[in-house]
Amino acid sequence: MTETAAVEVSDLWRSYKGFDAVRGVSLTVRRGELFALLGTNGAGKTSALEVIEGLAPPTKGTVRVLGHDPMRERSKVRPHTAVMLQEGGLQAGLTVTETLRMWAGTLTRSRPIDEVMDLVDLRDRARVIVRQLSGGERRRLDLALAIVGKPEILFLDEPTAGLDPESRARTWLLVRELLASGVTVLMTTHHLHEAERLADRLAILHHGVVVREGTPTQVAAAHAHRVVFRTRRALPSLIGTVDVVGDTVTVTTTDVPATLAVLDAWEPGLEVSSRPATLEEAFLEIAAGVAA
Amino acid sequence: MSRVGALARAEGTLLRRDPMALITAIGVPVIFVPLLAWSGIYDDNSGGLVAALIAVTILCSAYINLVTALVARRESHVLKRLQTGELRDSEILLGTAAPAIALTWGQSLVGGVLVVALIGALGGSDIPLAAVAVLLGTAVFVLLAIVSTAFTRTPELAQVTTLPGYLIPLFLSGVMFPLDAFPDWVQAVAPYSPLNPVVDLLTIALAGSRGPVLAPLAILVGWLVLSGFAARRWFRWDVRR
Repeated sequence: MTETAAVEVSDLWRSYKGFDAVRGVSLTVRRGELFALLGTNGAGKTSALEVIEGLAPPTKGTVRVLGHDPMRERSKVRPHTAVMLQEGGLQAGLTVTETLRMWAGTLTRSRPIDEVMDLVDLRDRARVIVRQLSGGERRRLDLALAIVGKPEILFLDEPTAGLDPESRARTWLLVRELLASGVTVLMTTHHLHEAERLADRLAILHHGVVVREGTPTQVAAAHAHRVVFRTRRALPSLIGTVDVVGDTVTVTTTDVPATLAVLDAWEPGLEVSSRPATLEEAFLEIAAGVAA
Repeated sequence: MSRVGALARAEGTLLRRDPMALITAIGVPVIFVPLLAWSGIYDDNSGGLVAALIAVTILCSAYINLVTALVARRESHVLKRLQTGELRDSEILLGTAAPAIALTWGQSLVGGVLVVALIGALGGSDIPLAAVAVLLGTAVFVLLAIVSTAFTRTPELAQVTTLPGYLIPLFLSGVMFPLDAFPDWVQAVAPYSPLNPVVDLLTIALAGSRGPVLAPLAILVGWLVLSGFAARRWFRWDVRR
C-alpha cells in the first residue's frame, strides 16, 4: 500500500453462481481525489464497490482501504469510511431527525444533526416520516447519513440518481466542498458530464473488466478525434468514420494529420476544426465494443 | 452499549408505530392468559399459569415479532445499510431485537404480577432459576427467529413460515394440553423441544414442582449452541440476488 493510496484493489474477482460480475479489476484511489467508476448497467460497478466497501467478500483478489482489509478488519476501517448505497436502506417509519439521530448514535464521531440537515437542505423536512419523502429527498437523506460521521473516505453509489437538476447541482457542490476539506471520494455515476468535470481520475468498467483508466482527458484522448467541416461537395476517401448532418461533416479518426492533409489537398483553404473525443463519446464507443 | 442503544431506541419507536406488530406481541399473550386460566389446567396453580404465560410471550413477542422485523429490514436493505456503519453484526442484531426482548421480559413480569394479584401466590419462589429460564429461553428463540429469516422471503410470509416454529414448540411444551394426552413417542421427544425445558424450569422455580434442573438446562444450552451455529451459517444480511 503506497502512502498516498486510500484504496488499493488488486486482481479483484466477484462471481455469483458461476457468473463473473467482476473480472480481475485492479485500481488505486489516491488520498483526497475523486475517483469515478463508470460503466453501463451490469458492468460490475456496484459489485466491485460492495467488495471495496467491505459488504461482500471477493471471490479472488485483494482490497485494501487505508491499508486494511475492509471485511476482515472492519472495525479498523469503518470509523474512517461512509457509504451511500444505491438502494434505500432507510427505516420508512422514522422521521428524518430520528433517522439521523439513530445513525449518529452508532458512530465514533459525528457532526451536529442540524448542520447535516442544512447541508443537504432537509431542515424543513426534519419531522417528516421517511416514507412520505419524495425520491429526491430520500436520496438527500442517504447522503446526509453518509456525511454525518465526518468520513475520510466516502463511497457514493449513483449519488445523484433520481435527483432533479437543482438537487444534483447542490449535491455536487457538497461533494466538491468535501473534497476541498480532504475527503477522498470513490463513486459510481451515470452522469458522464459531471464525472468529466469533477473526477480527478476515473475507470471505465465493461463486462466486469477495467477497459480504460486515467484522468478524464487521458481517457478521452485514447479515443478517436473528431474533425468537423462544412461542405456540400462529394467527399474524398477519408480515414475514419464519416457522419453527415445537413452540410456538416464529422470525421471520427485516430489519424488527424492524415485526415487534415487529405482535406487540404481536396479543398485548399477549407475551414476545419478538430477536437478530442468527449468522455461521453469515449464511453459510448466502449459500451458499443469499439476499440480505440 | 450506547451504539446498540441508539439502534434499539429507533427500533422501539418503529414498534410503537406499527399496530400489527403490537397486536401480535401484546394482544396474543393477553388472549392466551384467560384462555389458559379457564381451561382448568391451571386451577390453583398460579405458578404454572405464569410459566405458560412466559412461554407464550417468548413465542409471540420474541420469536414471531423478530422474524417479521428482521425480514422487513433485510428486504428494505436496512440491515445492509447498518453494515456499512461502525456497528458490529452482533450489535446490529441485538439492537434490532432489543425492543422484542424488552417487550418479552416486560410482559412476563407484568403478567406474573397480574396472575399473582388475581389468582393467588406462586407455589415456588426460586426467582434466580426463573430468570435463567427466561434468559436462556429468550436467547434460544431470538436465535431461532434469526434462523427462520433464512426461509422467509417477505414480512407477509413470516405469518406462515413462523407457524411451525410457533405451534410445534407450543404443543410440545405442554402448556396448551397435558403431554400425557399425546402418543408415547411424542411424550418421549417433547423434553428435547426448545420450549419444553423453559416451561420445566419455570414450573420448578415458580410452581414449586419437583424435577431435575440440570437436564432441561443442558437441553436449553444445546439449543443455544445449535441455533447459534445455524444463525451464523444461514442468516442473510441482504436480499438474495
